[in-house]
Amino acid sequence: MNLEKLNEIAQAARRKRAGLKNKVCVCAGAGCLSSGALEVLDATQKAVREAGLEKDVQVVPVGCMGACNQGPLVKMEAEDTVYQKVAAGRAGQIVEKHLRNRSLVDDLLLFSDSGAKEKASRELPFYKRQVKVVLENCGEINPEEIEDYIAHDGYRALEKVLTSMSREEVIGELKESGLRGRGGAGFPAGLKWEMVYKYVSDEKYVICNGDEGDPGAFMDRSVLEGDPHRILEGMAIAGYAVGANKGYAYVRGEYPLAIKRLEIAIKQAKKLGLLGQRIFETDFNFDVEVRIGAGAFVCGEETALIASIEGKRGVPRPRPPYPAESGLRGKPTLINNVETFANIAPVLRRGADWFKSIGTPKSPGTKVFALAGKIANTGLIEVPMGMTLREILFDIGGGIPGGKRFKAAQTGGPSGGCIPEQHLDVRVDYESLVGLGSIMGSGGLIVMDESSCMVDVARYFTEFCMDESCGKCIPCRVGTTQLHHLLSKICNGQGTMQDLELLEELAPYVKEASLCGLGQNAPNPLISTLRYFRDEYLAHIVDKKCPAGVCKTASLTGVR
Amino acid sequence: MSFTFQHAAQFTEVQASDPRIAKIGAAIRQYQRRQDSLIQILHLAQEIFGYLPVNVLRYIGRELKIPPSRVYGVVTFYHFFSLKPKAEHSVVVCTGTACYVKGAQSILDHLERKFGIRPGMVTPDNKVGLEQARCLGACGLAPAVVIDDKVVAKATPEEISAMIQNKVGAAS
Repeated sequence: MNLEKLNEIAQAARRKRAGLKNKVCVCAGAGCLSSGALEVLDATQKAVREAGLEKDVQVVPVGCMGACNQGPLVKMEAEDTVYQKVAAGRAGQIVEKHLRNRSLVDDLLLFSDSGAKEKASRELPFYKRQVKVVLENCGEINPEEIEDYIAHDGYRALEKVLTSMSREEVIGELKESGLRGRGGAGFPAGLKWEMVYKYVSDEKYVICNGDEGDPGAFMDRSVLEGDPHRILEGMAIAGYAVGANKGYAYVRGEYPLAIKRLEIAIKQAKKLGLLGQRIFETDFNFDVEVRIGAGAFVCGEETALIASIEGKRGVPRPRPPYPAESGLRGKPTLINNVETFANIAPVLRRGADWFKSIGTPKSPGTKVFALAGKIANTGLIEVPMGMTLREILFDIGGGIPGGKRFKAAQTGGPSGGCIPEQHLDVRVDYESLVGLGSIMGSGGLIVMDESSCMVDVARYFTEFCMDESCGKCIPCRVGTTQLHHLLSKICNGQGTMQDLELLEELAPYVKEASLCGLGQNAPNPLISTLRYFRDEYLAHIVDKKCPAGVCKTASLTGVR
Repeated sequence: MSFTFQHAAQFTEVQASDPRIAKIGAAIRQYQRRQDSLIQILHLAQEIFGYLPVNVLRYIGRELKIPPSRVYGVVTFYHFFSLKPKAEHSVVVCTGTACYVKGAQSILDHLERKFGIRPGMVTPDNKVGLEQARCLGACGLAPAVVIDDKVVAKATPEEISAMIQNKVGAAS
């Protein structure tokens, strides 16, 4: 494989597209698949054949288009028109009306049920405010065809890096770009790479953390399902920069489709010589193996993840030494999150200056969020860092359905906190969210309205952490159990002011004394709801009432 | 984990001639008997048997030269692995945050009232097993329930209980 051959593949794929009058993209993301996208795909292909259009129109499955609760989605590429809630039975009508008669199927237009009239999806408020870097190919290309990825500048960054840049230059460019780890903590990616690069060892590893365990988060899943080659390219570039020849992609067992597509992508890349020996005719060898997680939230923690790849119980260990020094099998190991790897190819292809032009000076680039909960447009979005929460939730997310009132947005899952109404105008970047007592987290953004009880939410997250605690260290194992016990008491209407005091006394201990991030962050939802919604706690304790009507205070007698 | 007589078959030695065991053996050789492949092998075994019988675990441990205690430790650590045979039909209620906020608990409550099963339990006739999932990543479809690998989007308690009733049959 060399640049010439890469160009040939890209041109052949583009010629194929140019010879077509239209391309019909059927969303095959997890959300749309569950609402019957495969049947829609078959029906559309059949309808196109029956209409005799198969020479002019190609029907392809693509990755997530974002508007998940409107699925199954079908996009007409030439006009950028997206149809929503397409039942297989209506595929024929779409082919007939849109492709043949060049008119629109009005009642299926995306968001037409909420009054939208825009024909091109890019004009819709949902898409208009988004900036796509990580998701640029999601919903555009067929994730199971490497040629499609190559036609969209795929593997160009890898070619550029291997043939014209030194390892130091790659790391320098990444540091210059200011890209920060998208797993949640926001550690500068360039610094992490440099640390691994500096350790001398006969063997090093690159690990992609795809153990997306936060409930309510599906960003990594969508990237893996919609554009798997992007991850492989990012990992290969990382391997070259830090001096590793072997990569592991650790993916949750709950994501069979992501695993399947990643495995297909690896096979295709190996066949074309984009992974394996002597990539782009250089001395660089790199291989990627998929490792399937087995359902343990704590495995998102890097040392626990490494233990899991080694075939052991996913139990974390104290750091230092950090994985950069002693990771997988005791060798220097680079671990980055899926979304971080997805940013690598664009940064190196288009340069650090381009990347810095998006987002804020301290948090450059974009962030992918999974919008869920009590919000009109649930789904997957990508916005520049620094956009306000109000813009994200109301302009893109479409606000709260059913005329209900916004109460809080929860970021960072069980490790994060909530942001109440008075802080809706916060600019979303790493530092501002920490300032409000929450964290950026990996990108789950759950919206709660007035019908959600914040004490119950805190209890829910604490129960999650209690169940998922690996049990190695006492502050987490016993601490989360006690926190949950006290919160359940309050939810059941049996809490006292002493319990509240005890909660406030215990939370900092769990935070400070726990071994890994799971325990250290487990009290966050509690602390943050106490900070902003203390009155709800008091209502449960003093008045024995749940203002939102969620907790069954009067009817319950025993502690759950 | 307690075992009753119906699980006794698990304690007899596996037969190498059993094609299911042969398949696991082939995978172990493909991983060059590396001990770090344990979790991947367990995934395969569970896919083949539907759960992880004790004699199969012994076999895997022997082949990988890992003591049974460690194999057992790994199996019980991860939610994915089950030591008990699965019910005929599986119902998985997602209780991830998005689904929780949108009423997953009311589905669980309803099923408990109607069928007397809580997550982790099976109906007495072993027809339907109820599980809860941490997050299926189908948050846009919340609340989501998976019945025999088919996702039911925006599920309601009545809808799910009717679907289960169908699986159980008129008997209950």
